Order: sequence, then C-alpha cells, then structure tokens
Amino acid sequence: MNITVRIWRQHDQAAAGRMVSYKVDGISPDMSFLEMLDVLNDQLTAAGDDPVAFDHDCREGICGMCSLVINGIAHGPEALTTTCQLYMRHFDDGDTIDIEPWRSESFPILRDLIVDRSAMDRIIQAGGYISAPTGSAPDAAATLVPKKNADRAFDAAVCIGCGACIAACPNGSGMLFTGAKANHLGVLPQGQPERHERALAMVNQHDAEGFGGCTQIGECTAVCPVGIPLDVISFLNADVLSALPRKTD
Amino acid sequence: MSTGNVAGVRSTAARSSVALHAAMAVTGLIMILFLLAHMYGNLKVFEGQQGFDGYAAYLREIAQPLLPHAGALWILRVILLASVLLHIFSAFTLWHRSRSATGGKGGWRYETTKNRRGVQRSYASFTMRWGGVVIGLFVIYHLLHLSADVIAPGGASASPYQRMVNGFQIWWVVLSYVIALIALGFHLRHGIWSAFASLGANKSVGTRRFLNQLATVVMLIILVGFLVPPLAIFAGWVS
Repeated sequence: MNITVRIWRQHDQAAAGRMVSYKVDGISPDMSFLEMLDVLNDQLTAAGDDPVAFDHDCREGICGMCSLVINGIAHGPEALTTTCQLYMRHFDDGDTIDIEPWRSESFPILRDLIVDRSAMDRIIQAGGYISAPTGSAPDAAATLVPKKNADRAFDAAVCIGCGACIAACPNGSGMLFTGAKANHLGVLPQGQPERHERALAMVNQHDAEGFGGCTQIGECTAVCPVGIPLDVISFLNADVLSALPRKTD
Repeated sequence: MSTGNVAGVRSTAARSSVALHAAMAVTGLIMILFLLAHMYGNLKVFEGQQGFDGYAAYLREIAQPLLPHAGALWILRVILLASVLLHIFSAFTLWHRSRSATGGKGGWRYETTKNRRGVQRSYASFTMRWGGVVIGLFVIYHLLHLSADVIAPGGASASPYQRMVNGFQIWWVVLSYVIALIALGFHLRHGIWSAFASLGANKSVGTRRFLNQLATVVMLIILVGFLVPPLAIFAGWVS
C-alpha cells in the first residue's frame, strides 16, 4: 500500500503547529497503524528529519497510551478499537490519512501527537480511590456483591483512561471518564462510605481542570475503545445531586 | 479522601456543570408542562370564539376569590419566567465552559475536514444552543403578537380568538410559526432525553431506549398539537 499521511507537527508546547504531508510507501495491510508510523519515522530519520513523536506503550489495547485522532475520529474508524489495534487493512491504497493529537484545552500538546493527560490523573487523585484501611486480604466470599453490581462495576472499571472521550466530545467534557472512575467504586460495598464525597470531589476537580459539561450527545461512547456505557454519567449525576443537599457525610 | 472543607466542596459542586445541567433539566421540564397546557388551550379554537375566549377568561378566574383576578395566572407566569431565566443563564454559562474547553471551536477543533459531524451525534443534539436562541427570539415575537397585542398582523382585537384567527390567515405569520415549531421539535427531541439523563435517570440500556422514545413521542404530540390550529385557520376551516 502507498498512502499519504497529513500529521500535526508541533515542536513544543509554546510553538505553533501545522499539518505536514508525508508519503509512505510499501505499507503492508497487516501492519498496525503505529507500525505504519514506525515506517514513516525510519524514513524521516534516514532523511535526517525529526521523527514524529507519538504516545504508545503496550500496543495490545490495554494501557491507554496511544492517542491519535485519525481522520477526525479518536482512535480511528473502527469501533471498540485503540489506535494500536487498528490495522492498515482498514484503509485503502492511495488514501490520505489525517492524524492529529487529542485536542482539549486541558491537554496541552507537548510535541507533535503527544499531549499531557495529567488532568485525568488529578481527577483520580481527587477521589477515585477508597481510603478504608483494608488490612490483610479478606475471605473471598466475606462481602457479598450482587451479580448485577459486580457486572456494572466491571463495565466501568475497564476504562483504560486514554482520554478519547474527551478528544471526541464537542463540549470537551470528561464526564464519561469521571463517571467510569466514580461508578466502578460507587456500586461496590467497599466504595459506599465515601460514595457521595467522591462524586462531589471528582466532579469539582473535573470542572477545575477546565473540562466542559456533558450534554448527553454520546460521541464519547462511540469512540471509547472499551465500550464504557453512557449510563456511568447518569450514575455520577445522580450521586452528585443526592449528595448536594446532605449536611455532612 | 480529604476531610477538609465539606461545605466548600458542596458550594463548589452547586456551581458545577452537573448542577447547572440539573437546573436546565428541571426548568426545561417545567416549560414542557406549560407547553402541554398551552397546546390544550390552543385546541379550544375548534370550539369557536365563545369557547376559546371563555377559556381565556377562565384562566384569569382560577382559584378566585381565594386569589385576586388573574392571580393564579400571574403565579404561573412568575414560575415560568424564573424557569426561562434560569434555563438561559445555565445554558450560556455551560456554553461558555464548552467553548473554553475546546479553544472556542467545539466539535470543529480538528484540522481535518473528515467526519466533522462526529460518529453518532444527532442533528437535534448539536443544534440545541442555536435552536434555543431561535426559540427565545420567537417567544418574544409571539408574546408581543398574541399576548400583549403590540404587533398585530391581520388586525388587533380585544378577543384572543380574533387575534389568533386574524394572525394566522397571513402566510408569513404561519411560516414563522412553523419554523419556530420545527426548531422547538429538535430542541425537545434532545432536550427531553438529556434532561432525564442529566438528572440521573439513564441507568440501563432499556431506560435509555425508553427515554429516547418518550422524547420522540412528547415532541410529536407537542408539534402536532401546536401545528393543527394555525394550519386549520390558514386553510379556512376556522374563521
């Protein structure tokens, strides 16, 4: 396959960026999208140019590092797929592919396609944990969890924290991520004592980071590589709204 | 978890986008209840002048003599006005936050021209803000026309029935009304669903389907209910 890629090149946070076109020849349809970028970078390095900087780590869809907006869609055209699990066979010979970083005012661009996603870490730090002293491991069946709640917690806990929801949201909202992280603790017995405090603290941090509000459009769930359901946002909203009138927790 | 300033956490959360969306949801649902009552009143036009004007007079006599003349109506007007103002205030605050979060470009912040309309968002969902502005401007014109009798296409009249029939015999009055109703239809289609979701009701795939169907049904009832009287007047079935 011979393709053309248009890539956002930006030297550092302060520099102005622009789209630059490159021709990449001899791509196998069995290559992953990131392997195609590796080929491009070999080509650039051999020519004495700066390689394109992009985030990646596990390359098996579980770490949440890869983060490219491909043709305007976070993680590219395939549903339930991270960028690293996207293969070149999903594109046609001769295609022009536009590649951009996650765009959000809360994700400063560090270089080319790499953005600083620590705003999401600070949302977790604000309340995405339980602080009960746990002691030694309890008996496996000591605390019973209804199957429904266990399933719901797991559906939310599979969030890999990549930030595609924020990149795709027309409002630049981080509510799918925040909802997932609050929800997977909020429906389990261990998460109950701090459930309402957690919801308030995480939503406050979400807003303080400058993310927008959720208008229930659902673009986030369309690009989420692990299929976090939109319900997690309603669960978080319900927790926040029921926590607001309480005096103390 | 921080055991610090609990009251501070609450007052910050009371200004969060979650709280503002809840305010929009509650005020929006109040306005929908009003729309349903308003629609019912409009359909009284088919009872003729006596029925319609009698109903208008009755609205001013509700709960009399406990309340003064038009007392109940003014209570409803104050609740409605407060709802409208809170809805608009929240909308502009959230609009501003969304623009700030995306460098002022919203869903158009990528250089590529591909997939500008996203993956699955509906037309209704991304026209909420400008659609709301259209509805707001229409409401001002509509109040000046049919409530205050200030602008009177087709001729002013002390009779609400006469004002309505006079107005809707003119093509551009009907057209502006139809355009505003289409904007309202889109606004309600996404608004009803997202109001319940913002209030925390979207808790399963089944509920999500139900809320979306509910939004479509309520939107269609309101749309048809409001379209029938002016179109009937324009067609000459009511005169």
